[in-house]
Amino acid sequence: MSSDSSAASQPTREPFRLPLHWLGAAPFAIFVLLFLIMPTMRIVIGAFQTPDGSFTLDNIRGLFTTSILSAYWISIKISIASALLGCLIGFSVAAAVVLGGLPKWIRGPLLTFSGVASNFAGVPLAFAFLATLGPVGLVSMFLKTQVGIDLRALGFNILSFWGLTITYLFFQIPLMILIITPALDGLKREWREAAQILGATNAQYWRMVAFPILLPSFLGTLALLFANAFGAVATAIALTGSSLSIVPILLFAQIRGDVLGNPHLGYALAFGMIVVTGIANTIYIWLRARSERWLK
Amino acid sequence: MKKFWAWGALIVGLLYFILPLLGMTNFSLKMRRGVYSFDAYAVVLGDPRFQETFTYSVVMALFTIAFGVLLVVPTAYWVRLKLPGLRPYVEFVTLLPLVIPAIVIVFGYIRLYNTSSWLPLTGSITGTNILLMFGYATLSLPYMYRAVDTGLRSIDITTLTEAAQSLGAGWTTILTRIILPNVLVAVLSGAFLTFAIVIGEFTMAALLNRPAFGPYMQLLGANRAYEPAALAVIAFAITWGCLGLIQLVSRFQKGAQSPV
Amino acid sequence: MSFLTLSSIQKSFGPVQVVKDFNMAIEKGEFVSFLGPSGCGKTTILRMIAGFETPSGGTITIDGKSQANLRPNQRNIGMVFQAYALFPNMNVAENVAFGLKVAGRPKAEIDARVKEMLGLIKLDHLADRYPYQMSGGQQQRVALARALAPKPQVLLLDEPLSALDAKIRVSLREEIRMIQQQLGITTVFVTHDQEEALSISDRIVVMNAGKADQIGTPFEIYNAPATRFVASFVGTLNIIEAKVVDPAANRVSIGNQDVTLKQPLTGFKAGDTVSLALRPEAGSLAQSAPGDTALTGKVVSAHFLGSVIRTRMDVGGGTISFDMFNSPGTTPPQAGDIVTLRFQAADLLLIRD
Repeated sequence: MSSDSSAASQPTREPFRLPLHWLGAAPFAIFVLLFLIMPTMRIVIGAFQTPDGSFTLDNIRGLFTTSILSAYWISIKISIASALLGCLIGFSVAAAVVLGGLPKWIRGPLLTFSGVASNFAGVPLAFAFLATLGPVGLVSMFLKTQVGIDLRALGFNILSFWGLTITYLFFQIPLMILIITPALDGLKREWREAAQILGATNAQYWRMVAFPILLPSFLGTLALLFANAFGAVATAIALTGSSLSIVPILLFAQIRGDVLGNPHLGYALAFGMIVVTGIANTIYIWLRARSERWLK
Repeated sequence: MKKFWAWGALIVGLLYFILPLLGMTNFSLKMRRGVYSFDAYAVVLGDPRFQETFTYSVVMALFTIAFGVLLVVPTAYWVRLKLPGLRPYVEFVTLLPLVIPAIVIVFGYIRLYNTSSWLPLTGSITGTNILLMFGYATLSLPYMYRAVDTGLRSIDITTLTEAAQSLGAGWTTILTRIILPNVLVAVLSGAFLTFAIVIGEFTMAALLNRPAFGPYMQLLGANRAYEPAALAVIAFAITWGCLGLIQLVSRFQKGAQSPV
Repeated sequence: MSFLTLSSIQKSFGPVQVVKDFNMAIEKGEFVSFLGPSGCGKTTILRMIAGFETPSGGTITIDGKSQANLRPNQRNIGMVFQAYALFPNMNVAENVAFGLKVAGRPKAEIDARVKEMLGLIKLDHLADRYPYQMSGGQQQRVALARALAPKPQVLLLDEPLSALDAKIRVSLREEIRMIQQQLGITTVFVTHDQEEALSISDRIVVMNAGKADQIGTPFEIYNAPATRFVASFVGTLNIIEAKVVDPAANRVSIGNQDVTLKQPLTGFKAGDTVSLALRPEAGSLAQSAPGDTALTGKVVSAHFLGSVIRTRMDVGGGTISFDMFNSPGTTPPQAGDIVTLRFQAADLLLIRD
């Protein structure tokens, strides 16, 4: 009846309680802050600082020298190449197992092996490939003695762009298989049947329905694979012994011994890496969210 | 027709993966001229530096796992139970180590925790070891959190907690006697994956100058011919073992878990 | 001359025979429902008509043409799936246009037809929506429009309403029937819900373990079930055991009461036990109720369900459950009461298994 009843009778106020249950997340927050966020921020901020602490864009500008830019460019090229090839080959293998009518028992071991292989990076992987495609590697010797093809003479060198790319594929392809297999599972049988009964041929179904549905997953994984390759250090060092100028190796050398002559340039290098992998991962997350929306 | 292409793709894929494994195994057996032998393995296993660095990495791995479990299980449980609104942010944070390359993180450590900072971890051996362990924990955080979170998702923690509380249990009891046993399988999966990661890790250990297995492998590779191949075989076998154990342990749990 | 003919259709998956010697002739424009529990083979028959499964034996003919060598995308059949199966990467208009686009029709024709179909299902305003933005009922209507857009000769619906809420199920099934009658398209509808089948079909096929137990109109299926299975699957049923007294006079005894059946007792002799079926709505307790037969028994329980009172009474040969409409002036019977149920003898059906 009265419009000011709210002023007249206050409902009993709950006593203000400290949100104690936020404390439960404190250890995690402290850990993440100290050992993930702050170190990263230190790098990001340091990229914009001079040795005496003032703000500057010189470090970033210093990135734009030919040698550093070419290092970024090689890194990007290797990452794109291994990501593209990893996606295509991984997709073919996954499609073969999920949709190709192969025996069902192949799937389990394939996924397990993919789990192992995607983690088998770094130094041992480099050794494995050296032992296979290196100058006296298994395949190189086999091709030379049995088939008469001398890889070296053909210009192939394991310690090069293509050598690194082929080596990276060892963990890129399995990663693609692991991520795209659930997406392929998500291709409902009814979509195929609906397309068929509406008159579509197999090719039309793939062109108009299946590929468009898979595209976000595909592109997203491409971005993830790119970021994965871009940040890889150990394999590259072990394989090329710091001779190939990719950004991680450059940064590694810089951290070890300031080979670039300006300590803050290291920050800028690292910052550049974060930017590249950050963009790639953002694309991945965005595309994955889109594909999940469709496949609901 | 479809099956022909399917088999073709599979076989080409298999070839690509089998050949390097064959290559490294083959190379590792060729130390003695002209005949296959396990000499390279004998040399490696007998090398005191191998034993030293391998032990170091195994111990570090165990510490990392222990720390990871102590940090992640209560956090994941608490967030699920009391702070569900925080979950997307926590998940985002646990994915950051996959975005920020390890080399950048360890670079940050060096700059942030050197002898002239407020927390001079790199000033002492123990301090650096601790720093390295935190670094490993950060690297394995995405996998550990994902594994534990998936495990928690499959049990109704709210009801279990309420039941335990109504019977008089405190938080520690709930966590150790009720939650942990029920997510043990998930925790073990995360643990094995962490083990594999730590054993093979190179960047952080190298830049912090710690005698870990990764830098040892790289050093050997720069100087020797056959021993690195033997090392690679050993490393692969360990990784395979860890993943195999995860599969074994997962079979006791309903619902599949993606290792990524 | 029937439009869709299934002759001697059989289907086996390995050693399991899922469909056994099925025969049916469906007229043009007819709405036929396949009714049965899961696993009875009804969906398999539907998928054989569509071409997703090949019959192990027998032939399927549509409009005189054998479908034996035609793939699903060559049969010009429309199909609506239980899980809607709308293409998630296309909006409503694109989904509906799919069949026409695949056939290479000109754009103007496609646009006009899509508009027409969307008007038919009254969802014109949702043309730009994507499947994930729509409710189940809306998606299924779009699926119907998509199936009908290429003007198929036969429409197949595979349990299209099972995934929907109860209310939507009722309104959507009526909409489907209305559209079907408007277009005059031959339709086969698979369901496990007998109310659905009864309410909208021209004829119903009751399937039981791969065989058709009965084919008939809804009225026939309900009121004259041919087998015990049909009688018990469609509607609730009382089964009473009776003993044959005099086969020539069609007299049986239930408990210690004698009753004359309207159905002949051929093949039975005195002393045989027969099963009789009585629908719950067939009898009434009222003194003035029409009926030439009566059974007296003791009330076991009476449940007040609102508009209906469901009473169970023991008649010596079994318990009869019957429904009475609630009458505000009359008190429902209590347990222990002795009551007399009046019904027509013709309502007592003889069940031959």
